[in-house]
Amino acid sequence: MGLENKLNKDGFFTSKIDALIQWSRTNSLWPMPMGISCCAIEMMAAAAARFDIARFGSEVFRFSPRQSDIMIVAGTVTYKMSKVVRKIYDQMPDPKWVIAMGACTSSGGMYRTYSVVQGIDQFLPVDLYVAGCPPRPENLLNALIKIQEKIKKGEKAASKKI
Amino acid sequence: MNQKRLELIKSRLTDFEIEFSDINGTPAIITNPENIIIICSILKSEPDISFEMLLDVMGVDNFKKENRFEVVCSLYSLEFRDRIFIKISLDTKNPEMPSLTAIWKGANWFERETYDMLGIKFKGHPDLRRIYMPEEYEHYPLRKDFPLLGIPESLQLPKK
Repeated sequence: MGLENKLNKDGFFTSKIDALIQWSRTNSLWPMPMGISCCAIEMMAAAAARFDIARFGSEVFRFSPRQSDIMIVAGTVTYKMSKVVRKIYDQMPDPKWVIAMGACTSSGGMYRTYSVVQGIDQFLPVDLYVAGCPPRPENLLNALIKIQEKIKKGEKAASKKI
Repeated sequence: MNQKRLELIKSRLTDFEIEFSDINGTPAIITNPENIIIICSILKSEPDISFEMLLDVMGVDNFKKENRFEVVCSLYSLEFRDRIFIKISLDTKNPEMPSLTAIWKGANWFERETYDMLGIKFKGHPDLRRIYMPEEYEHYPLRKDFPLLGIPESLQLPKK
């Protein structure tokens, strides 16, 4: 990261406290795995050794919303489930981000029917949509990197914009 | 099912208003809900008929003026290894039939599903609540006059 060189020169360097916080947030996004259907299998694959989400600092899948920063909604959200998803989202501490993983989550996908919510952005602020049915693990990792870039740039999370 | 066994079943059910038909090689009993409890208990408990297993209960919406609804039960005999269907045609305005839970306990959730999707009521069911849709939901989604995408505003989403 080049920090060592800077430190070797003078023994200190200056920065904004915001930049420091953003930097630390970027590299430890703890996911809340909202695995509702088959996308969850790809999410698990992304967490396992072959794709290894730990390379991006997100290996700590927390099953408690209170300890997580980013919710990966992976699967078909029905109207009945929407209340549960929202309740878990509400329990996450700020700042928080949401990835809508897969076609069903983003738009209802192939379930164009009365029981399925046609896109979770009707009740959740979504930061990033991932295409695919289900998306490949690389695609999920790409989404994570995109969110990391957003945080690095200091962009607000979608939850802060409304 | 062999012919001999079918004749035996027919001979035991002569007292009731029923018809027999054939669905792709499986015999079917077509009847109305009046004597359904007695017919079913005969089918289950007579040792030489012995349909001890209820595989499924399905509702059908035929979308016609008379006898619009139909309930189809699929029975299986573990002893004789054959199946039979029971088709019960129900009233259009007030589709209602006695619950089969008294005979086969497994009918409980099948009947709840049929009630949830088509609004067919089962008298004497121990716990006739919706099984898929939210309990406060007012419509029956598998009826033919129900729109595919549902009725707007009938299901509430959490506030954003």
